[in-house]
Amino acid sequence: MRRKDDRQRKAGPEKPELTRRDFLKGAGVTVSGGLLVGSTAASAAPPGPESGFVGPGAVPVTLRIDGKVHKLKIEPRLTLLDALRDHLDITGSKKVCDRATCGACTVMIDRKPVYACTVLAIEAEGHNITTIEGLAKDDKLTPVMDAFVRHDAQQCGFCTPGFVMACTAYLERDHNPTAEEIDKNLGGNICRCGTYWGIRHAVLDAAKGMKGGANGNV
Amino acid sequence: MATCKYDWPPVNRRELIGKRIDRIDGPEKSSGRAKYTYDQNSKGRLIAKLCTCPYAHAKVSSIDVSAAKSLPGVKAVLVVHPAGDEIQWAGDEVAVVAAVTEQIAEDAVRRIKVEYERLPHLVREEDLKKAEAAGRTKAAGEQTTGDPDKAFQDPDIVVSEGFYGLPVITHCCLESHGNTVEWPDQKSIKIWSSTQNVSGGPGQLGQGLRLKKVQIDDNNIETICQYIGGGFGSKFSPDRWGIEAAQLSQMAGGAPVRLMLDRDTELEMAGARPSAYAKVKVAAKKDGTLTAWDSESWGTGGVGTAGHPPLPYVIEAPNRHWKHTAVLANIGGARAWRAPNHPQGCLITMAALDDLAAKLQMDPIELLKKNVNLAPPILRKTYSEELVKASEMADWKKNWHPRGDKTPGHIKRGMGVSLHTWGGRGHTSNCNVIIRPDGSVTVQLGSQDLGTGTRTVINITVAETLGLPLDAVKVEIGDSKYPMDGASGGSTTVGGVTGSTRRGATDALDELFATVAPSLGVQPAELEAWQGKIRVKSDPSKGLSWKQACAKLGVKTIETKGKNPGPCHLGDSGVGGVQIADVSVDTETGQVKINRLVAAQDCGLIIDMKTAESQVFGAFIMGVCYSLFEQKVMDETLGVMLNPNMEFYKLATIGDIGEFKVHMMTGPGYDERGVIGLGEPPVISPGAAISNAVANAIGVRVPTLPLTPDKVLAALEKGAMA
Repeated sequence: MRRKDDRQRKAGPEKPELTRRDFLKGAGVTVSGGLLVGSTAASAAPPGPESGFVGPGAVPVTLRIDGKVHKLKIEPRLTLLDALRDHLDITGSKKVCDRATCGACTVMIDRKPVYACTVLAIEAEGHNITTIEGLAKDDKLTPVMDAFVRHDAQQCGFCTPGFVMACTAYLERDHNPTAEEIDKNLGGNICRCGTYWGIRHAVLDAAKGMKGGANGNV
Repeated sequence: MATCKYDWPPVNRRELIGKRIDRIDGPEKSSGRAKYTYDQNSKGRLIAKLCTCPYAHAKVSSIDVSAAKSLPGVKAVLVVHPAGDEIQWAGDEVAVVAAVTEQIAEDAVRRIKVEYERLPHLVREEDLKKAEAAGRTKAAGEQTTGDPDKAFQDPDIVVSEGFYGLPVITHCCLESHGNTVEWPDQKSIKIWSSTQNVSGGPGQLGQGLRLKKVQIDDNNIETICQYIGGGFGSKFSPDRWGIEAAQLSQMAGGAPVRLMLDRDTELEMAGARPSAYAKVKVAAKKDGTLTAWDSESWGTGGVGTAGHPPLPYVIEAPNRHWKHTAVLANIGGARAWRAPNHPQGCLITMAALDDLAAKLQMDPIELLKKNVNLAPPILRKTYSEELVKASEMADWKKNWHPRGDKTPGHIKRGMGVSLHTWGGRGHTSNCNVIIRPDGSVTVQLGSQDLGTGTRTVINITVAETLGLPLDAVKVEIGDSKYPMDGASGGSTTVGGVTGSTRRGATDALDELFATVAPSLGVQPAELEAWQGKIRVKSDPSKGLSWKQACAKLGVKTIETKGKNPGPCHLGDSGVGGVQIADVSVDTETGQVKINRLVAAQDCGLIIDMKTAESQVFGAFIMGVCYSLFEQKVMDETLGVMLNPNMEFYKLATIGDIGEFKVHMMTGPGYDERGVIGLGEPPVISPGAAISNAVANAIGVRVPTLPLTPDKVLAALEKGAMA
């Protein structure tokens, strides 16, 4: 139950075109053959470029990922996750549940965490996409990554990139979380090996290094 | 005490062993750089998808893949089950398709026309009588020790009877099962496999392909697995879909084919822990001394049998009888799930003993202490010490109360205890240890790191042996071109790889001593490796730096082989652990909240304290998952799994786990046993400890896991009526 609340919080109400609900709306449209880009889903215009419909064939898409511009020709039904992993070989974000439950695919769009499995690649056009590959500069670990290593907040490591993204975005929003707040706000990511204990401590520790992160001393 | 050449160094000579050391591949993982099988995108990579059977039991009447084949972008289509084949569970693949994109492969699968003749199925096993009436049961063992019939007739005993059980759960590896396979030329295969068995991979794939009339020499197969996204016992082979991926690749001219299971298929057929249900009768004298046990149990591991839970578990009453029946259900087959059959045996036994303690009005820890002499001799002292340690850590004396929290209000708190055992002897392992004239050191073995820290313990072992820092040793694993190392199952890896690499590194060092000794004017036996130097034991000021010493090799390179098993006592088998759960139950909503889990765990000599503790933390969390949430929910009418996704196949999230306290038993009595595995043991007890804690809180037993709100409320209602 908590998981659902967190998911909504994660997607954020400020960018309605990126919410899960709108994705589902959009996905409904694909059934009838094409996909409407933008937020005028109620329009009953016939398919065609001038109507705002694209697809079902491949369309050109420009994505700004980790500060670099990538030009792609992909089917509109492709998720951002599949575009990243299968078309651009940016594989840090993992495909696990493929339906917005587990968070292994978490990336940031305009610095807000989203499930890349539930955003279409064409929806991400015009936005700044940050992947785990874009967090570390010059191969230097970020404070969150470093805390994950020191607190052994990873075993098989498959959920780890998604968790690091979620933790990073969370700490950008809240520099000074308590353990309870961490539990509430990171419920949108699932680990199977059982690394939550390490993650809880890693986040507290990473927050310590941030301005005003006094709760990290808990 | 006589020493043996390869013995582990004594405590005062350990620079790394037993310390808290960060896993060496941590930065690769936390930065997203680690490449898994699912991440393989070599040039021209195709993606394969399965066409799966929607019925639990059916015969293929006809299958037509022509429309799939003709779809542009489709490169190969393989029929797995032609007309006439019988399918035994929903989710089994009848055909596979490889295409240039995942979406085209999915479109192609939708174009495959399969007609089935449906056959009668059975997918639920809780009702043994129903399964027997359907002719879907098979005897799976029975044993009598002593004279239980007579023992139960003793008038001076207290008898407790109960029903306990655990449903089928899945492995739910986050990286689904699968492989990426290519034929670089017509005679060889390269396979990236999400596997717990790198060295065994080529033989398994080769055999599977030859059965399909595809000619390949095992020698020409290379299995690679640098990182694996979870296995837990479910990934010991490339699987039939790995063989199918190799066939598709061959059909597509050798192009790499990536075939990873979708989440629904992963949960339907890529691994299940067998269920176990049992009617138990257990008796003790009024002072708590156990006298007799009787259990009739059953469970399913799919259409085949899946062993039986060890009953009674660890604490064996002198007069006992057990009988187990396998229910042959049309679900994806059982696979080893972390500590196969132990969590089942443990829950059934420890819950029954806990109910007996309640009936005797005895503290369950006192009951276990009283009967610890019924445990295997090697574990009696361990359990006695751990019971004391764990109850101190959990403040048992202060927090425990007789069954049923009497404090007012709807939140009831309770404590439960359980104990467990596991073998964990090191597996067969071979390694190369290489020292080059520039001082670089490489260790190679065909092992795999499941996330337990295998790379790290290898690194620690070799660095410690050579007196070097961790980063002076390069660890190469995850490729079948390296010396054969056993599969990672049954907690056997740490003992195997530390045994072989300790011996290999010791021999390599001996060769280096022999090279260096003349220049120092001493015998090789007078030298030691310590803190980056090769020095004379009796005169530590006399010596060479590691680099200077290796330079004496000239153009020679040292390469030694290390083996496990081998000479000297480096490892053992048989560990014990005690766990205590502290929970709160809301009697209005039925929700169970974990307050705290406590463990005292033995695993012999600990190589890396940090990753060892992580195994226990992780096991706690997996334990919370299967105690409170997990269940493969099957629908008898449709014959399908109702929750083949991660929304409804629920796992714990970070807020569900409570607080942890872990104590690893170390020092005299433990260290000298050498290295013993730890992956399985701590995941065995949580189910029993948590179930017992809930019974202690609310005063009645919730008979089966998971302890979901509906079951807690039903048990409360039944208890109120009783």
